[in-house]
Amino acid sequence: MTSSLTQSDKRGVAGDRVFSALTLSAGVLILLTLAFVALFLTVNSRDAVYQEDQGGWILTAFLDYAYPLVIGTLIASFIALILAAPIAVGVALYISHYAPPRFSKSIGYVIDLLAAIPSVVYGAWGMSFLGPALIPVYGWLHENLGFIPLFAGDPSQTGRTIFTAGVVLGVMILPIITSVCREIFIQTPKLHEEAALALGATRWEMIKMSVFPFARAGIISGIMLGLGRALGETMAVALVLSPGMLTASLISSGNSTIPAEIALGFPEAPPGSERQAQLIAIGLVLFLITLLVNMTARWIVSRHKEFSGAN
Amino acid sequence: MTQTPTPTPASVQGPSGAPGLSEPTSNGVPRRSSLTQNTLPSWLWIVMLGGSVILGAALSALLGFNLATFFIFTAVIYVISSYIVTRTRVNRRRATDGLWTNLVYLAFLIALMPLVSVIWSVASVGIPGLMTPGFMVSDMQGITGLVDQASQTEGAPVLGGIAHALIGSLLITLAATAISVPIGLLASIYLVEYAKGGPLSRAITFFVDVMTGIPSIVAGLFAGAAMAWFLSVFSGVTGLLTTQRSTLGITAAIALSVLMVPVVVRTTEEMLRVVPNELREASYALGVRKWRTILKVVLPTAISGIASGVTLAIARVIGETAPILVTAGFVVNTNWNLFQGWMTALPVYIFRQFQNPTSPNFSDPSEQRAWAAALVLILIVMGLNLFARLIAKLFAPKQAGR
Repeated sequence: MTSSLTQSDKRGVAGDRVFSALTLSAGVLILLTLAFVALFLTVNSRDAVYQEDQGGWILTAFLDYAYPLVIGTLIASFIALILAAPIAVGVALYISHYAPPRFSKSIGYVIDLLAAIPSVVYGAWGMSFLGPALIPVYGWLHENLGFIPLFAGDPSQTGRTIFTAGVVLGVMILPIITSVCREIFIQTPKLHEEAALALGATRWEMIKMSVFPFARAGIISGIMLGLGRALGETMAVALVLSPGMLTASLISSGNSTIPAEIALGFPEAPPGSERQAQLIAIGLVLFLITLLVNMTARWIVSRHKEFSGAN
Repeated sequence: MTQTPTPTPASVQGPSGAPGLSEPTSNGVPRRSSLTQNTLPSWLWIVMLGGSVILGAALSALLGFNLATFFIFTAVIYVISSYIVTRTRVNRRRATDGLWTNLVYLAFLIALMPLVSVIWSVASVGIPGLMTPGFMVSDMQGITGLVDQASQTEGAPVLGGIAHALIGSLLITLAATAISVPIGLLASIYLVEYAKGGPLSRAITFFVDVMTGIPSIVAGLFAGAAMAWFLSVFSGVTGLLTTQRSTLGITAAIALSVLMVPVVVRTTEEMLRVVPNELREASYALGVRKWRTILKVVLPTAISGIASGVTLAIARVIGETAPILVTAGFVVNTNWNLFQGWMTALPVYIFRQFQNPTSPNFSDPSEQRAWAAALVLILIVMGLNLFARLIAKLFAPKQAGR
């Protein structure tokens, strides 16, 4: 009697062990992948900062190459954020507190469709429709506000400027910020809202007094997640922007971003060359920047989760 | 506007607070008391909107009418005038409330504009190309600049198509799915069923979240570098594959799985967490082992959500351009082999047709093909999204009886 029991038990134990080991290794594999991403990029970018025949370290040469790209990436992302963040918060508020409750879910789907459109399609749209549509705006800005360095310089005749790229990026990050904010707005304790209304607050005062204080951390992290996406977005910028030297002007062609530079340069770079190493090195820079932004955002969210009691 | 659809409790209840006592509704003063004196008539906003539209159209016509200025003028006039009217007729608080209500509605309208514009532009430009015979079933083999030039100067039909790109996208995405679904599924099972909230599971959760934000091009660079290293080691050990380059379909699939795994983990984890504990306990009570419980009870319960999450993940990566561009390259002919030679995916095809037209001086045929391909891509992605929602809805576990 005991033999049959223990026999099957042994097999069961083995199954349990194997299965749990499998799941554990899958989890560890994910961590390893992230570590390997950093490792491979670092190893392969060595040639960009160290060349034997050029006298060892050539860090300054690499920095000279990298910093305009970093600044260009930041400019495009900040334009996107400034445009998208207020609208995204407004849309999230509309879905959570203003739209008729029956439709709010389907309205959420409609906004999610914005996220479903592939980036290369956004790039094509920005290049062929948005850019030309913005040319008169650039002309007007140049004529009337040309004394500001941002609007100095010859306005682009094709509309393919860093500002257009920023607008396209703004459209692309809008659904991300919206969905994070919406989740948080919905979680606002109903009692807080009703207490505010019972005290005679208007709807806006209720939102200002109960929803925003509750959701502040969520809004910030949503915006940072959007920033992370904007920093890493490749194709839209590669198609929209006609790249060039770093310039302060937003309305003339020029500037470039890290992802666009990689996408345009990598297929032409011979494998194992210094050029390829250079592109991988700026990829590593981009990876570190986005990692930092995303980790901060996630950290804010996780810290917020613990004391809000929302989950 | 002021007539908010849901009256605030204050306005419902009235100043005295006791509904039974107030409101002597005598026929002389028909309820025009403190309750309603601070509201504007409910038709006023329509009148004001109409006025703003007319004024906006007039102002826009002065500058040479176009839709953008018309919309901007109308919105600005309406928002400001309704604020002023409420401010003067009612009070400051109501006016502020109305102002923000208008701004929130405006934000929603602004957010809809790019969506409508993108879909409209892609559809209007893409449909003629899509209607070209043979577009879906032919590749770009033999389509040279001269062919495109002939189609533009001599009126010949635009040749060439996206068959090779469709096949490439399909193969690469399938391979990426085959890699990332088992990993993502097992990892989320670990997180939900086995991990006890220790540092490892918290690290996995945190870094999965961080991984969702990895720039797609960085994933491509990683996959290319990893494959090059693997091939060099592999050929060093076995002496095979001496001149193999790392630009392969499978490299692109690895790059896509880096992007796909975190999405799969997140959605699956959520789905597994909502499986009721009673089901697991019932299974344990029957003496079923944990791994069989997971495979036979937990997973089947959550399968609809998991399938829908996987479909959404596929929809996300099938539109990715950059990682495929730097890992699989682009070719003009159909390549069925993931492990040999370059491969074209649909998004890369679109990008190349725009960026490097087949005939640099006669780029219209290339653009026509690119727009048609963009339309196909949008249809695929939206179809997948719709399909995911459908799965989630149709195959959701039955709620009745519990």
